[in-house]
Amino acid sequence: MERKLTELSAQEEIARRTRRSFIVIGAGAVAGAAGIAGLVSGAPEGDIPPALRGVLGFNEKIARTALYSNDHLAQTYPASAIGDQKVNGDVGIDTDLDMATWKLEVVPFHGGTPRILTMDDVKSLPHFEETIDFKCVEGWSTVSQFAGVRLADFTAKFAPGSQAAPCVGMRTPDEEYYVSIDAPSAMHPQTLLAWEMNGKPLTEGHGAPLRLVIPVKYGIKNIKRIGRIEYTEKPTPDYWEERGYDWYAGL
Amino acid sequence: MDETQILEEKHKLATRWFHWINFPILTLMIASGMLIYWAYDPYRIGIGSITLFHFFPDWFYDLTKIDHKLSLGMAIHFTMAWIFTINGIAYVLYTAVSGEWRELVPEKKSFREAALVAMHDMGLKVALPPQGRYNAAQRITYSLIVFMGGLSLLTGLAIYKPAQLNWLVAALGGYEWARWEHFWLTMSYVGFFGIHIAQVIRAGWANFRSMVCGYDVVAAGGTKESEHGA
Repeated sequence: MERKLTELSAQEEIARRTRRSFIVIGAGAVAGAAGIAGLVSGAPEGDIPPALRGVLGFNEKIARTALYSNDHLAQTYPASAIGDQKVNGDVGIDTDLDMATWKLEVVPFHGGTPRILTMDDVKSLPHFEETIDFKCVEGWSTVSQFAGVRLADFTAKFAPGSQAAPCVGMRTPDEEYYVSIDAPSAMHPQTLLAWEMNGKPLTEGHGAPLRLVIPVKYGIKNIKRIGRIEYTEKPTPDYWEERGYDWYAGL
Repeated sequence: MDETQILEEKHKLATRWFHWINFPILTLMIASGMLIYWAYDPYRIGIGSITLFHFFPDWFYDLTKIDHKLSLGMAIHFTMAWIFTINGIAYVLYTAVSGEWRELVPEKKSFREAALVAMHDMGLKVALPPQGRYNAAQRITYSLIVFMGGLSLLTGLAIYKPAQLNWLVAALGGYEWARWEHFWLTMSYVGFFGIHIAQVIRAGWANFRSMVCGYDVVAAGGTKESEHGA
Protein backbone atom coordinates (compact mmCIF):
# COMPACT_ATOMS: atom_id res chain seq x y z
CA MET A 1 0.00 0.00 0.00
CA GLU A 2 1.41 3.38 -0.94
CA ARG A 3 -0.05 6.63 0.22
CA LYS A 4 0.79 10.03 -1.14
CA LEU A 5 1.49 12.34 1.74
CA THR A 6 3.33 15.56 2.34
CA GLU A 7 6.78 15.20 3.90
CA LEU A 8 5.52 16.27 7.31
CA SER A 9 2.52 14.02 7.32
CA ALA A 10 4.55 11.03 6.12
CA GLN A 11 6.79 11.44 9.13
CA GLU A 12 3.77 11.98 11.36
CA GLU A 13 2.04 8.98 9.91
CA ILE A 14 4.95 6.61 10.44
CA ALA A 15 5.44 7.93 13.97
CA ARG A 16 1.76 7.24 14.67
CA ARG A 17 1.99 3.74 13.20
CA THR A 18 5.20 3.02 15.10
CA ARG A 19 3.61 4.18 18.37
CA ARG A 20 0.60 2.00 17.73
CA SER A 21 2.75 -1.02 16.90
CA PHE A 22 4.86 -0.57 20.02
CA ILE A 23 1.68 -0.38 22.10
CA VAL A 24 0.44 -3.63 20.55
CA ILE A 25 3.83 -5.31 21.03
CA GLY A 26 3.99 -3.98 24.59
CA ALA A 27 0.52 -5.30 25.35
CA GLY A 28 1.46 -8.61 23.75
CA ALA A 29 4.64 -8.76 25.80
CA VAL A 30 2.72 -8.07 29.02
CA ALA A 31 0.09 -10.70 28.15
CA GLY A 32 2.80 -13.17 27.15
CA ALA A 33 4.79 -12.54 30.31
CA ALA A 34 1.62 -12.99 32.38
CA GLY A 35 0.94 -16.26 30.55
CA ILE A 36 4.46 -17.51 31.17
CA ALA A 37 4.25 -16.42 34.80
CA GLY A 38 1.00 -18.41 35.12
CA LEU A 39 2.64 -21.43 33.54
CA VAL A 40 5.65 -21.45 35.82
CA SER A 41 4.08 -20.39 39.11
CA GLY A 42 2.58 -22.33 41.99
CA ALA A 43 5.11 -25.14 41.92
CA PRO A 44 5.01 -27.26 45.08
CA GLU A 45 8.42 -27.74 46.72
CA GLY A 46 10.58 -29.96 44.52
CA ASP A 47 7.89 -30.32 41.86
CA ILE A 48 7.02 -28.57 38.59
CA PRO A 49 4.16 -26.05 38.30
CA PRO A 50 0.68 -27.58 37.84
CA ALA A 51 0.09 -25.86 34.49
CA LEU A 52 3.22 -27.42 33.01
CA ARG A 53 2.19 -30.78 34.49
CA GLY A 54 -1.08 -30.29 32.64
CA VAL A 55 0.73 -29.85 29.33
CA LEU A 56 2.80 -32.99 30.00
CA GLY A 57 -0.50 -34.82 30.47
CA PHE A 58 -1.73 -33.42 27.17
CA ASN A 59 1.51 -34.48 25.48
CA GLU A 60 1.02 -37.96 26.93
CA LYS A 61 -2.45 -38.21 25.37
CA ILE A 62 -1.08 -37.17 21.98
CA ALA A 63 1.80 -39.63 22.25
CA ARG A 64 -0.45 -42.50 23.31
CA THR A 65 -3.05 -41.93 20.60
CA ALA A 66 -0.95 -40.72 17.68
CA LEU A 67 2.52 -42.18 18.20
CA TYR A 68 2.65 -45.20 20.48
CA SER A 69 2.31 -48.71 19.15
CA ASN A 70 3.47 -52.05 20.48
CA ASP A 71 4.71 -52.66 16.93
CA HIS A 72 7.14 -49.75 17.29
CA LEU A 73 10.29 -51.33 18.63
CA ALA A 74 13.24 -49.62 20.21
CA GLN A 75 16.36 -49.96 18.07
CA THR A 76 18.42 -53.06 18.84
CA TYR A 77 22.20 -53.32 18.45
CA PRO A 78 24.94 -55.90 17.84
CA ALA A 79 26.98 -57.05 20.84
CA SER A 80 29.91 -54.96 19.57
CA ALA A 81 27.95 -51.79 20.40
CA ILE A 82 27.66 -52.65 24.10
CA GLY A 83 29.06 -49.90 26.29
CA ASP A 84 30.02 -49.50 29.90
CA GLN A 85 26.74 -49.17 31.82
CA LYS A 86 27.23 -46.99 34.87
CA VAL A 87 25.37 -47.34 38.13
CA ASN A 88 23.23 -44.23 38.40
CA GLY A 89 21.31 -44.12 41.64
CA ASP A 90 20.92 -46.49 44.56
CA VAL A 91 17.55 -45.46 45.96
CA GLY A 92 15.80 -48.61 47.17
CA ILE A 93 18.88 -50.80 46.75
CA ASP A 94 21.30 -49.28 49.23
CA THR A 95 21.03 -52.18 51.67
CA ASP A 96 22.72 -55.54 50.99
CA LEU A 97 20.58 -57.93 49.03
CA ASP A 98 19.56 -60.97 51.06
CA MET A 99 18.35 -63.66 48.68
CA ALA A 100 17.09 -65.71 51.61
CA THR A 101 14.41 -63.12 52.28
CA TRP A 102 13.88 -61.72 48.78
CA LYS A 103 10.58 -62.64 47.21
CA LEU A 104 8.39 -61.27 44.48
CA GLU A 105 4.89 -60.30 45.48
CA VAL A 106 2.32 -60.06 42.68
CA VAL A 107 -0.98 -58.29 43.32
CA PRO A 108 -3.48 -58.92 40.50
CA PHE A 109 -6.00 -56.42 39.15
CA HIS A 110 -9.25 -55.91 41.08
CA GLY A 111 -8.00 -57.36 44.33
CA GLY A 112 -7.32 -60.98 43.43
CA THR A 113 -5.24 -63.00 45.85
CA PRO A 114 -1.60 -61.84 45.94
CA ARG A 115 0.97 -64.44 45.01
CA ILE A 116 4.49 -64.85 46.27
CA LEU A 117 6.96 -65.93 43.59
CA THR A 118 10.57 -67.07 43.52
CA MET A 119 13.23 -66.51 40.85
CA ASP A 120 12.61 -70.08 39.65
CA ASP A 121 8.97 -69.19 39.01
CA VAL A 122 10.03 -66.17 36.97
CA LYS A 123 12.62 -68.15 35.03
CA SER A 124 10.07 -70.81 34.10
CA LEU A 125 8.76 -68.49 31.37
CA PRO A 126 10.27 -68.26 27.86
CA HIS A 127 13.57 -66.38 27.92
CA PHE A 128 14.26 -63.35 25.75
CA GLU A 129 17.28 -61.21 25.33
CA GLU A 130 17.75 -57.83 23.73
CA THR A 131 20.57 -55.38 23.21
CA ILE A 132 19.10 -51.91 23.48
CA ASP A 133 20.18 -48.33 24.07
CA PHE A 134 19.35 -47.62 27.69
CA LYS A 135 18.39 -43.93 27.86
CA CYS A 136 18.70 -41.80 30.95
CA VAL A 137 16.45 -38.81 31.43
CA GLU A 138 19.67 -36.83 31.95
CA GLY A 139 20.48 -37.24 28.28
CA TRP A 140 23.14 -39.95 28.13
CA SER A 141 22.55 -43.44 26.88
CA THR A 142 24.43 -46.74 26.94
CA VAL A 143 23.91 -49.82 24.81
CA SER A 144 23.43 -52.87 27.02
CA GLN A 145 22.28 -56.44 26.62
CA PHE A 146 19.61 -57.75 28.97
CA ALA A 147 18.07 -61.18 29.36
CA GLY A 148 14.87 -62.10 31.11
CA VAL A 149 11.20 -62.78 30.52
CA ARG A 150 8.56 -60.58 28.97
CA LEU A 151 6.39 -58.79 31.48
CA ALA A 152 3.45 -59.60 29.17
CA ASP A 153 4.15 -63.34 29.49
CA PHE A 154 4.70 -62.96 33.22
CA THR A 155 1.37 -61.20 33.61
CA ALA A 156 -0.49 -63.81 31.56
CA LYS A 157 0.89 -66.62 33.69
CA PHE A 158 1.00 -65.18 37.19
CA ALA A 159 -1.77 -62.57 37.10
CA PRO A 160 -4.17 -63.74 34.40
CA GLY A 161 -6.80 -61.11 33.66
CA SER A 162 -4.52 -58.33 34.84
CA GLN A 163 -3.65 -57.37 31.26
CA ALA A 164 -6.85 -55.31 31.46
CA ALA A 165 -5.38 -53.15 34.23
CA PRO A 166 -4.58 -49.62 32.99
CA CYS A 167 -1.47 -49.35 35.15
CA VAL A 168 1.31 -51.49 36.54
CA GLY A 169 3.05 -50.42 39.74
CA MET A 170 6.35 -51.79 41.03
CA ARG A 171 8.46 -51.10 44.07
CA THR A 172 11.61 -52.20 45.80
CA PRO A 173 11.41 -54.48 48.87
CA ASP A 174 12.18 -51.52 51.15
CA GLU A 175 9.50 -49.41 49.38
CA GLU A 176 12.01 -46.59 48.88
CA TYR A 177 11.82 -46.65 45.08
CA TYR A 178 8.60 -47.12 43.17
CA VAL A 179 7.34 -46.66 39.64
CA SER A 180 3.99 -46.61 37.91
CA ILE A 181 3.70 -47.48 34.23
CA ASP A 182 0.88 -47.41 31.69
CA ALA A 183 -0.21 -50.91 30.66
CA PRO A 184 0.53 -50.65 26.92
CA SER A 185 4.18 -49.80 27.64
CA ALA A 186 4.37 -52.50 30.33
CA MET A 187 3.02 -55.10 27.88
CA HIS A 188 5.36 -53.99 25.08
CA PRO A 189 7.23 -57.02 23.64
CA GLN A 190 10.60 -55.49 24.62
CA THR A 191 9.60 -54.92 28.24
CA LEU A 192 11.47 -57.53 30.30
CA LEU A 193 11.86 -58.65 33.86
CA ALA A 194 15.59 -59.17 33.58
CA TRP A 195 18.20 -60.99 35.68
CA GLU A 196 21.13 -60.75 33.30
CA MET A 197 23.06 -57.83 31.85
CA ASN A 198 25.80 -58.09 29.21
CA GLY A 199 25.89 -61.87 29.58
CA LYS A 200 26.39 -61.87 33.35
CA PRO A 201 24.00 -62.05 36.28
CA LEU A 202 22.84 -58.59 37.35
CA THR A 203 25.08 -56.98 39.92
CA GLU A 204 23.43 -55.46 42.98
CA GLY A 205 24.11 -52.00 41.62
CA HIS A 206 22.25 -52.83 38.43
CA GLY A 207 19.27 -54.33 40.21
CA ALA A 208 19.83 -57.97 41.25
CA PRO A 209 18.03 -60.23 41.47
CA LEU A 210 15.33 -58.92 39.12
CA ARG A 211 14.89 -55.56 37.46
CA LEU A 212 12.61 -53.99 34.91
CA VAL A 213 14.00 -53.25 31.44
CA ILE A 214 11.57 -51.12 29.51
CA PRO A 215 13.21 -49.56 26.44
CA VAL A 216 10.14 -47.45 25.61
CA LYS A 217 10.72 -45.50 28.84
CA TYR A 218 13.53 -43.44 30.32
CA GLY A 219 15.82 -45.17 32.80
CA ILE A 220 13.88 -43.72 35.74
CA LYS A 221 11.11 -46.28 35.07
CA ASN A 222 13.54 -49.21 34.82
CA ILE A 223 13.24 -50.10 38.50
CA LYS A 224 15.93 -52.29 40.09
CA ARG A 225 15.48 -55.06 42.69
CA ILE A 226 11.73 -55.46 42.21
CA GLY A 227 9.93 -56.67 45.34
CA ARG A 228 6.35 -56.16 44.34
CA ILE A 229 4.31 -55.86 41.15
CA GLU A 230 0.71 -54.71 41.24
CA TYR A 231 -1.87 -54.14 38.54
CA THR A 232 -3.99 -51.10 39.23
CA GLU A 233 -6.79 -48.93 37.92
CA LYS A 234 -5.08 -45.63 38.75
CA PRO A 235 -1.39 -44.76 38.69
CA THR A 236 0.30 -45.67 41.97
CA PRO A 237 2.96 -43.31 43.39
CA ASP A 238 5.96 -42.78 41.17
CA TYR A 239 9.28 -41.76 42.69
CA TRP A 240 10.46 -39.39 39.95
CA GLU A 241 7.02 -38.04 39.13
CA GLU A 242 6.92 -36.84 42.74
CA ARG A 243 10.20 -35.05 42.02
CA GLY A 244 8.99 -33.10 39.02
CA TYR A 245 9.36 -35.52 36.13
CA ASP A 246 6.76 -36.56 33.58
CA TRP A 247 4.73 -39.53 34.81
CA TYR A 248 4.57 -41.03 31.31
CA ALA A 249 8.29 -40.58 30.52
CA GLY A 250 7.74 -42.47 27.25
CA LEU A 251 10.28 -42.71 24.47
CA MET B 1 13.95 17.58 0.69
CA ASP B 2 10.66 19.16 -0.28
CA GLU B 3 10.14 16.22 -2.50
CA THR B 4 6.99 14.31 -1.57
CA GLN B 5 7.48 11.42 0.82
CA ILE B 6 5.32 8.38 1.01
CA LEU B 7 5.03 5.33 3.25
CA GLU B 8 6.11 2.12 1.66
CA GLU B 9 5.18 -1.24 3.12
CA LYS B 10 8.29 -3.23 4.01
CA HIS B 11 7.03 -6.14 6.08
CA LYS B 12 3.57 -7.68 6.15
CA LEU B 13 1.63 -7.70 9.38
CA ALA B 14 1.68 -11.52 9.46
CA THR B 15 5.44 -11.68 8.96
CA ARG B 16 5.98 -9.24 11.82
CA TRP B 17 3.73 -11.24 14.15
CA PHE B 18 5.50 -14.51 13.30
CA HIS B 19 8.87 -12.82 13.86
CA TRP B 20 8.05 -11.15 17.16
CA ILE B 21 6.30 -14.23 18.57
CA ASN B 22 9.23 -16.41 17.58
CA PHE B 23 11.76 -14.20 19.36
CA PRO B 24 10.60 -14.76 22.98
CA ILE B 25 9.52 -18.35 22.30
CA LEU B 26 12.89 -19.31 20.81
CA THR B 27 14.54 -17.57 23.75
CA LEU B 28 12.52 -19.75 26.14
CA MET B 29 13.28 -22.86 24.07
CA ILE B 30 17.00 -22.12 24.28
CA ALA B 31 16.85 -21.29 27.99
CA SER B 32 14.90 -24.43 28.89
CA GLY B 33 17.14 -26.42 26.55
CA MET B 34 20.09 -25.23 28.61
CA LEU B 35 18.43 -26.53 31.79
CA ILE B 36 18.19 -29.92 30.07
CA TYR B 37 21.67 -29.83 28.57
CA TRP B 38 23.25 -29.16 31.97
CA ALA B 39 22.30 -32.68 33.14
CA TYR B 40 24.59 -34.18 30.48
CA ASP B 41 26.96 -31.67 28.91
CA PRO B 42 29.51 -33.50 26.76
CA TYR B 43 30.00 -31.08 23.87
CA ARG B 44 33.14 -29.06 23.31
CA ILE B 45 35.33 -27.45 20.73
CA GLY B 46 38.63 -29.27 20.57
CA ILE B 47 40.70 -32.01 19.01
CA GLY B 48 41.64 -35.22 20.78
CA SER B 49 42.57 -34.43 24.36
CA ILE B 50 42.86 -30.70 23.69
CA THR B 51 39.68 -28.85 24.63
CA LEU B 52 39.52 -25.23 23.58
CA PHE B 53 36.05 -24.64 24.98
CA HIS B 54 33.72 -26.89 26.93
CA PHE B 55 29.99 -26.26 26.71
CA PHE B 56 29.75 -25.08 29.37
CA PRO B 57 32.43 -24.10 31.88
CA ASP B 58 31.64 -24.09 35.59
CA TRP B 59 31.78 -20.30 35.75
CA PHE B 60 28.95 -20.18 33.22
CA TYR B 61 26.75 -22.48 35.32
CA ASP B 62 27.63 -20.49 38.45
CA LEU B 63 26.73 -17.26 36.70
CA THR B 64 23.46 -18.43 35.15
CA LYS B 65 22.37 -20.76 37.98
CA ILE B 66 20.84 -23.17 35.47
CA ASP B 67 22.04 -26.23 37.39
CA HIS B 68 19.74 -28.89 38.87
CA LYS B 69 16.63 -27.82 36.98
CA LEU B 70 16.32 -30.71 34.53
CA SER B 71 12.68 -31.56 35.25
CA LEU B 72 11.60 -27.93 35.02
CA GLY B 73 13.61 -27.53 31.81
CA MET B 74 11.94 -30.56 30.23
CA ALA B 75 8.45 -29.38 31.22
CA ILE B 76 9.02 -25.88 29.82
CA HIS B 77 10.71 -27.22 26.68
CA PHE B 78 7.90 -29.68 25.87
CA THR B 79 5.31 -26.94 26.48
CA MET B 80 6.91 -24.12 24.48
CA ALA B 81 7.74 -26.55 21.68
CA TRP B 82 4.06 -26.45 20.73
CA ILE B 83 4.08 -22.69 20.23
CA PHE B 84 7.45 -22.77 18.46
CA THR B 85 6.17 -25.48 16.11
CA ILE B 86 2.75 -23.97 15.42
CA ASN B 87 4.22 -20.50 14.85
CA GLY B 88 6.92 -21.92 12.58
CA ILE B 89 4.56 -24.04 10.50
CA ALA B 90 2.07 -21.16 10.23
CA TYR B 91 4.88 -18.89 9.02
CA VAL B 92 6.04 -21.35 6.38
CA LEU B 93 2.47 -21.92 5.17
CA TYR B 94 1.79 -18.19 5.07
CA THR B 95 5.02 -17.48 3.22
CA ALA B 96 4.32 -20.24 0.71
CA VAL B 97 0.67 -19.37 0.07
CA SER B 98 1.05 -15.57 -0.01
CA GLY B 99 3.91 -15.72 -2.49
CA GLU B 100 6.18 -13.92 -0.02
CA TRP B 101 8.66 -16.76 -0.49
CA ARG B 102 9.69 -15.15 -3.77
CA GLU B 103 11.20 -12.28 -1.80
CA LEU B 104 12.91 -14.66 0.64
CA VAL B 105 14.24 -17.77 -1.06
CA PRO B 106 17.74 -17.36 -2.55
CA GLU B 107 18.01 -17.02 -6.30
CA LYS B 108 20.85 -18.38 -8.40
CA LYS B 109 22.63 -15.04 -8.34
CA SER B 110 22.16 -14.72 -4.54
CA PHE B 111 25.14 -16.89 -3.75
CA ARG B 112 27.54 -14.72 -5.79
CA GLU B 113 25.95 -11.48 -4.63
CA ALA B 114 26.03 -12.52 -0.97
CA ALA B 115 29.83 -12.35 -1.09
CA LEU B 116 29.59 -8.75 -2.31
CA VAL B 117 27.15 -7.91 0.49
CA ALA B 118 29.45 -9.51 3.06
CA MET B 119 32.48 -7.57 1.73
CA HIS B 120 30.47 -4.36 1.76
CA ASP B 121 29.29 -4.96 5.32
CA MET B 122 32.85 -5.60 6.43
CA GLY B 123 33.76 -2.11 5.24
CA LEU B 124 35.19 -2.84 1.80
CA LYS B 125 34.17 -0.43 -0.94
CA VAL B 126 32.19 -2.76 -3.10
CA ALA B 127 29.29 -1.74 -5.30
CA LEU B 128 26.13 -3.45 -4.12
CA PRO B 129 23.91 -5.09 -6.69
CA PRO B 130 20.29 -3.93 -6.84
CA GLN B 131 18.09 -5.77 -4.34
CA GLY B 132 14.47 -6.42 -3.54
CA ARG B 133 13.11 -6.57 0.00
CA TYR B 134 16.05 -8.67 1.12
CA ASN B 135 19.58 -8.59 -0.17
CA ALA B 136 21.35 -11.74 -1.28
CA ALA B 137 22.95 -12.38 2.12
CA GLN B 138 19.62 -11.90 3.85
CA ARG B 139 17.85 -14.26 1.45
CA ILE B 140 20.38 -16.99 2.17
CA THR B 141 20.56 -16.41 5.92
CA TYR B 142 16.85 -16.03 6.60
CA SER B 143 15.93 -19.04 4.45
CA LEU B 144 18.62 -21.07 6.20
CA ILE B 145 17.27 -20.06 9.60
CA VAL B 146 13.77 -21.23 8.66
CA PHE B 147 15.19 -24.51 7.35
CA MET B 148 17.19 -24.94 10.54
CA GLY B 149 14.02 -24.35 12.56
CA GLY B 150 12.54 -27.36 10.78
CA LEU B 151 15.66 -29.37 11.57
CA SER B 152 15.44 -28.36 15.22
CA LEU B 153 11.89 -29.69 15.28
CA LEU B 154 12.90 -32.98 13.64
CA THR B 155 16.02 -33.55 15.76
CA GLY B 156 14.00 -32.59 18.84
CA LEU B 157 11.24 -35.07 18.01
CA ALA B 158 13.86 -37.77 17.45
CA ILE B 159 15.33 -37.21 20.91
CA TYR B 160 11.86 -36.87 22.46
CA LYS B 161 10.35 -40.12 21.11
CA PRO B 162 13.28 -42.20 19.81
CA ALA B 163 11.48 -45.54 20.11
CA GLN B 164 8.26 -44.45 18.37
CA LEU B 165 10.18 -42.50 15.73
CA ASN B 166 13.16 -44.80 15.34
CA TRP B 167 13.11 -44.29 11.54
CA LEU B 168 13.70 -40.59 12.16
CA VAL B 169 16.48 -41.29 14.64
CA ALA B 170 18.12 -43.56 12.06
CA ALA B 171 17.80 -40.89 9.35
CA LEU B 172 19.58 -38.41 11.63
CA GLY B 173 22.45 -40.80 12.30
CA GLY B 174 21.33 -42.21 15.66
CA TYR B 175 20.18 -40.94 19.03
CA GLU B 176 23.45 -39.36 20.10
CA TRP B 177 23.95 -37.65 16.75
CA ALA B 178 20.41 -36.27 16.90
CA ARG B 179 21.19 -34.70 20.27
CA TRP B 180 24.47 -33.33 18.91
CA GLU B 181 22.68 -31.85 15.89
CA HIS B 182 19.97 -30.37 18.10
CA PHE B 183 22.63 -28.72 20.26
CA TRP B 184 24.65 -27.22 17.39
CA LEU B 185 21.54 -25.94 15.65
CA THR B 186 20.81 -24.10 18.88
CA MET B 187 24.32 -22.70 19.12
CA SER B 188 23.93 -21.52 15.53
CA TYR B 189 20.83 -19.54 16.52
CA VAL B 190 22.84 -17.87 19.26
CA GLY B 191 25.52 -17.00 16.70
CA PHE B 192 22.92 -15.79 14.23
CA PHE B 193 21.32 -13.67 16.94
CA GLY B 194 24.60 -11.86 17.61
CA ILE B 195 25.18 -11.05 13.94
CA HIS B 196 21.51 -10.17 13.43
CA ILE B 197 21.52 -7.67 16.31
CA ALA B 198 24.77 -6.11 15.07
CA GLN B 199 23.29 -5.73 11.60
CA VAL B 200 20.04 -4.27 12.95
CA ILE B 201 22.04 -1.68 14.86
CA ARG B 202 24.13 -0.91 11.78
CA ALA B 203 21.09 -0.58 9.54
CA GLY B 204 19.61 1.96 11.89
CA TRP B 205 16.30 3.08 13.27
CA ALA B 206 14.26 3.26 10.06
CA ASN B 207 15.02 -0.39 9.31
CA PHE B 208 14.14 -1.52 12.82
CA ARG B 209 11.00 0.60 12.76
CA SER B 210 9.91 -1.12 9.55
CA MET B 211 10.01 -4.51 11.33
CA VAL B 212 7.83 -3.02 14.06
CA CYS B 213 5.25 -0.95 12.19
CA GLY B 214 5.70 -2.48 8.75
CA TYR B 215 6.51 0.74 6.87
CA ASP B 216 9.38 2.93 5.85
CA VAL B 217 9.33 6.53 4.61
CA VAL B 218 10.56 6.86 1.05
CA ALA B 219 10.76 9.72 -1.38
CA ALA B 220 7.99 9.40 -3.92
CA GLY B 221 10.80 9.26 -6.47
CA GLY B 222 12.69 6.38 -4.97
CA THR B 223 15.39 6.40 -2.24
CA LYS B 224 14.33 5.10 1.11
CA GLU B 225 15.66 6.21 4.48
CA SER B 226 17.26 2.93 5.35
CA GLU B 227 19.99 1.86 2.99
CA HIS B 228 19.54 -1.80 3.43
CA GLY B 229 18.06 -3.93 6.13
CA ALA B 230 19.40 -6.37 8.67
